[in-house]
Amino acid sequence: MAIAAAAHGAPEPDFYHAPSKHKGIFAWILSTDHKRIGILYLFSLLTFFLIAATLGVLMRLEMLTPGKTIIEPQTYNTFFTLHGIMMIFLFIIPGLPAVFGNFMMPIMIGAKDVFFPRLNLLSWWLFLAGGLLALVSVFLPGGATDTGWTFYVPYSIRTSTNVIPALMAAFILGFSSILTGLNFVTTIHRMRAPGMTWFRMPLFVWSLYATAWVQILATPIIGITLLLVAIERWFGVGIFDPSLGGDPILYQHLFWIYSHPAVYIMILPGLGVVSEILPVFARRTIFGYKFIAYSSLAIAFVGSLVWAHHMFTVGMSNTGMFVFSFLTFLVSIPSAIKVFNWIATLYKGSIALEVPLLFILSFIVQFCIGGFTGLMLGALAVNIHVTDTYFVVGHFHYVMFGGTGFGLFAALHYWFPKMTGKMFKKKPAVVSWFMVTIGFNVLYFTMFILGYQGMPRRYYDYLPQFQTLHVIATVGSWILYSGILVMFVNLLISLRKGEKAGANPWGGETLEWTVPSPPPLENFDVVPTVTTGPYDYSKYEAVQEAK
Amino acid sequence: MDQHEHSQEHGEGTHIVSYARYIMIWIGLVMLTGTTVALSGMDLGRWIILTALTIASIKTTLVLSIFMHLKFEDKMYRYFVLIAGSTFLIFISLTFFDYAFR
Repeated sequence: MAIAAAAHGAPEPDFYHAPSKHKGIFAWILSTDHKRIGILYLFSLLTFFLIAATLGVLMRLEMLTPGKTIIEPQTYNTFFTLHGIMMIFLFIIPGLPAVFGNFMMPIMIGAKDVFFPRLNLLSWWLFLAGGLLALVSVFLPGGATDTGWTFYVPYSIRTSTNVIPALMAAFILGFSSILTGLNFVTTIHRMRAPGMTWFRMPLFVWSLYATAWVQILATPIIGITLLLVAIERWFGVGIFDPSLGGDPILYQHLFWIYSHPAVYIMILPGLGVVSEILPVFARRTIFGYKFIAYSSLAIAFVGSLVWAHHMFTVGMSNTGMFVFSFLTFLVSIPSAIKVFNWIATLYKGSIALEVPLLFILSFIVQFCIGGFTGLMLGALAVNIHVTDTYFVVGHFHYVMFGGTGFGLFAALHYWFPKMTGKMFKKKPAVVSWFMVTIGFNVLYFTMFILGYQGMPRRYYDYLPQFQTLHVIATVGSWILYSGILVMFVNLLISLRKGEKAGANPWGGETLEWTVPSPPPLENFDVVPTVTTGPYDYSKYEAVQEAK
Repeated sequence: MDQHEHSQEHGEGTHIVSYARYIMIWIGLVMLTGTTVALSGMDLGRWIILTALTIASIKTTLVLSIFMHLKFEDKMYRYFVLIAGSTFLIFISLTFFDYAFR
């Protein structure tokens, strides 16, 4: 990206060493600097992720043999509920926007901060409060919630476990998400640098913009829905419970009106990360920039209209099932547009097989598998057969973890030098990528087969015929978990002992690579004036063409 | 908030709504709420939802336009509210592909 302004004068200290009116930990938890808030989110998210991943591994260990292996049935129910709530609400939904959106987006559009810095800090505090409340609910009298992350009625109204604190946690987390979305939409509209037109914006920013709209429009619906469940529990008002005259299917509609778009809140920034990283390591101008940008908006829009495909077996009308099945198939069009454009970008590129690109390549393959199995689930006949089986669990994890999770790992490695000023060690990073990719596929591909053979999801026990596949999946979880540990240990060691990173170690062309690593407090000495698009790799392309 | 403060907050083209108008709108809202309550006891068949939603939409429009000053704001804000309103309308309409055809 060509910019017309250059920095002058003595270099400013980086944001870690910039003067602050607060000292010690207060310089972090009371900071309104978007970069510090991004780092706060990073550490909070990864902590929740590790706890939830550990719960997942323990659940898999329990499934190693039929009957009891290590934990009791009620503990198993609690584990999958907490695993779901933490992974969804505390890791994947905030994930990329909260960490990399906060840290990178203002720099990528040439701004000094987000539009509402204090609101940004409030978002993090709400996130932390919601996360802690979810954790505390486990230890309160009554016992940990056992409803699954979907809080389906009427069970969530009747169970004696701590549903209310868990609902309140999700409610508070929703507010955090809305405020972040509001901040990002406003920042992108109002704070772009001179010359940073809509079609000169990096594609990661486009994806954040589309995501932010979904956060603003869909999240209030889940907030109100969860509040209605709480009101029903407190006052016995018949809203969802059929024994009180309520309609449990209405709950599912309201829940999925948010929670399906939430899938796009999770995946859209991941798709943005792919579009951001691919051209850098293919040394190619991204193919179909405008199509990718518009497809983000199209995914956000159409993806918000398909929620009832989660409900084909609950007693909906046939017309409703047909309409939502049709709409589900429509989402594949903008998703496929992205994949085709990514592959076209790689074609004839001067590919540098660095660690972020490795994660991105895994992402593309796994996202395609997740997408295709999504189409299978969108088809009514197949859906009836495999609904509530491990097939759905496999599909969901291929999109969410194989997509967004790998996107987050890619982003973590890609922007690590910029955020920390240090390079990570490549060999352990490659080893971790290999282990994570192999472990992931062994674990979750096996679930497709298990589900297709009829293994129901969320069951504590199973028939002996499923054991071999359960053992394979459990071994996969060990490989995956070990790979994640290798990755985090490597990054932590690199944080202390890594080589110093230059301003632009990957040869990126977007604005964040024009500022020092780590960036100074206000990002730019002089506000840049942007004169070209974000992925101008014509110099590399000329060399490649000449070969 | 005096007139000077009001102008500073909203910039040029600011509009001050009189108390009389606020009270009229408030009375209108109360009457519409009463209408909704009264209608809930009548058997309007499948029209009941449409009627209730129409009244609720009128009330929302009044609150947004007058109490929240959308009527006097920049067009951009109206577009944003329009996007939110349209999304909500689409959500409700799609839900009725289930409820209306059971």
